[in-house]
Amino acid sequence: MSARRRRPLAPPSWLERYGMLGLGLLLVGGMSLAALLAPWIAPFDPNAINVDALLLTPSFAHPLGTDALGRDVFSRILFGGRVSLWVGFVAVGISTGIGLALGLIAGYFGGLIDEIIMRLVDVMLCFPSFFLILAVIAFLEPSLTNIMAVIGLTSWMGVARLVRAETLSLRGRDFVLAAKVAGAGPVRIIVRHILPNALAPVLVSATLGVAGAILVESSLSFLGLGVQPPDASWGNMLMDGKEVLEIASWLSVYPGLAILLTVLGYNLLGESLRDILDPRLRR
Amino acid sequence: MTRTLLRIAAKLAWVAVVFFGITVISFWVIHLAPGKPTDLQTTLNPGASAVARERLEKIYGLDQPIHVQYGQWVTRMARLDFGRSMSGDSRPVWDKIAERLPLTFGMNIVSLFLTLAVAIPIGVASAWRQGGAFDRLSTVVVFVGFAMPSFWLALLLMRQFGIVWPVLPISGLTSLGFAKLGFWDKTWDLCRHLALPVFLYTFGSLAGMSRFMRTSMLEVLRQDYILTARAKGLPARTVIFRHAMRNALLPVITILGLSVPGLIGGSVIIESIFSLPGLGQLFYQAVMSRDYPLIMGSLVLGAVLTLAGNLLADAGYGLADPRIRQSGGGAGAQSGGQLEAASAATSDAASGTTSGEPSAASSGKEGA
Repeated sequence: MSARRRRPLAPPSWLERYGMLGLGLLLVGGMSLAALLAPWIAPFDPNAINVDALLLTPSFAHPLGTDALGRDVFSRILFGGRVSLWVGFVAVGISTGIGLALGLIAGYFGGLIDEIIMRLVDVMLCFPSFFLILAVIAFLEPSLTNIMAVIGLTSWMGVARLVRAETLSLRGRDFVLAAKVAGAGPVRIIVRHILPNALAPVLVSATLGVAGAILVESSLSFLGLGVQPPDASWGNMLMDGKEVLEIASWLSVYPGLAILLTVLGYNLLGESLRDILDPRLRR
Repeated sequence: MTRTLLRIAAKLAWVAVVFFGITVISFWVIHLAPGKPTDLQTTLNPGASAVARERLEKIYGLDQPIHVQYGQWVTRMARLDFGRSMSGDSRPVWDKIAERLPLTFGMNIVSLFLTLAVAIPIGVASAWRQGGAFDRLSTVVVFVGFAMPSFWLALLLMRQFGIVWPVLPISGLTSLGFAKLGFWDKTWDLCRHLALPVFLYTFGSLAGMSRFMRTSMLEVLRQDYILTARAKGLPARTVIFRHAMRNALLPVITILGLSVPGLIGGSVIIESIFSLPGLGQLFYQAVMSRDYPLIMGSLVLGAVLTLAGNLLADAGYGLADPRIRQSGGGAGAQSGGQLEAASAATSDAASGTTSGEPSAASSGKEGA
């Protein structure tokens, strides 16, 4: 650890610069494609029960084996991917929409409005969000729509803070003043001048948000409070897998691997986007 | 002195406002369900009899206007009177929660120390040789750690250490015949049962904490005083431990406070997988049986604990960093004070969206 041997910040190699982005795109693209094309590439109906094929080990016919009801694990993972990605995108759409709107309003108008919105953010951040999600799901039914709405409604605070900070710094810039002088109203200034300049960090946070939402959805489904059987989701497949952990390990390996790879893909993509969109943050 | 007082007053006002917000939102969640809360309880929970229903109507004061209901509810909360559980035993909610707290707290505190013990050296080492082999390796591990769903890892570990190589118990807190064991055997038995859960808690926070430590350390290493220290010819050890690490550790205090909601949320999954009688499992059971007063009690308690965690972190930061004690008045008076600034950078992780370093806090993985 001698100081002399310590290299100064070496310029990142080609692999370092684009490897992360490439891997992220590959994982996200591959998983999205598999989910989109699930009805065509799945060898079996994901919900078709087959009593002659209970808990088969992976084989040529069933590449990832079958579950306790004889359903093809590979097909179920493909269809489960549709659910996960759908939940991820809709939930993030909701949270980003709310976060953007509140952040822009708070940042632009400031004063009491800002104070109220930011205190709401503080309050929401005080709830352990998984507790809040579970509590709400307990009162409503655990349907796909409810899950997406609840995840979205409990995860907008980061975006709101981000957008507010961005708006605050943009509000005093010359081009905003110019627009004001030219007679533009607040709505026009926010939508045309501030929003486009604040989008880069939002895109990064949304990409990372998809990863987070997928993790929350699979956790909920694993606890039996997410996607309801017979529909497949990676989380509820793992819940089934837990029941037969001793005799059918493949059931608790592959769905988890799918979650890991998808979440990893979105995280890598988000981090690379951050580097690309905001060179100041490059380290 | 007046500045400090002002800052404390502002902080207290902030706490009051946030606490009010917490109660309003929790109260709103109760009324989220269609119909009266008591309808829900009685139709969905067959254990609730007509008597229970009547009692509930009275407890919740459902014949009163909504602001009166709210007032009564808050007053009861303040006295830790969360009502009685809807489950068979009908015990007071607070008693049920209180007996579960030590286990959850204990596991979290042990894993917190383990996390710090592992994450700080990793973060410091990665930052010291940024871009070096160790840094690259730890970056890969951190990314995988962030993406790893804790319940999946739990299943894999249960299989590995419970079935393939059966060395650890994979369910419950104690073995059969626990009561007959001596003190040391009891301790050993508990440790064996808690090994995997504590490992999972630790693993869950490790990625975030080590990454955070690395960022913080990199920030410090760029400062002029580090350059000065090195120019003086001080050995690397002195520069790292005396000059850099002590400063880099300050933000970790904040992240500790902010990780409370993540840890509470994570306990639901880990405790239900391993059938551990902690707060998380209690909450999960309450949700599954729609044990309404218990859900509300845990929810409010969780939020209050988080608030307390924030305050402790805030106070700790103030104690540890003299710069804040002296100059924090202005910033503190505005609203959230130091925490506001510090958490702006990190709390995104708490909401799962993450905009700091790769999901700056352990809480990013909350519930996963």
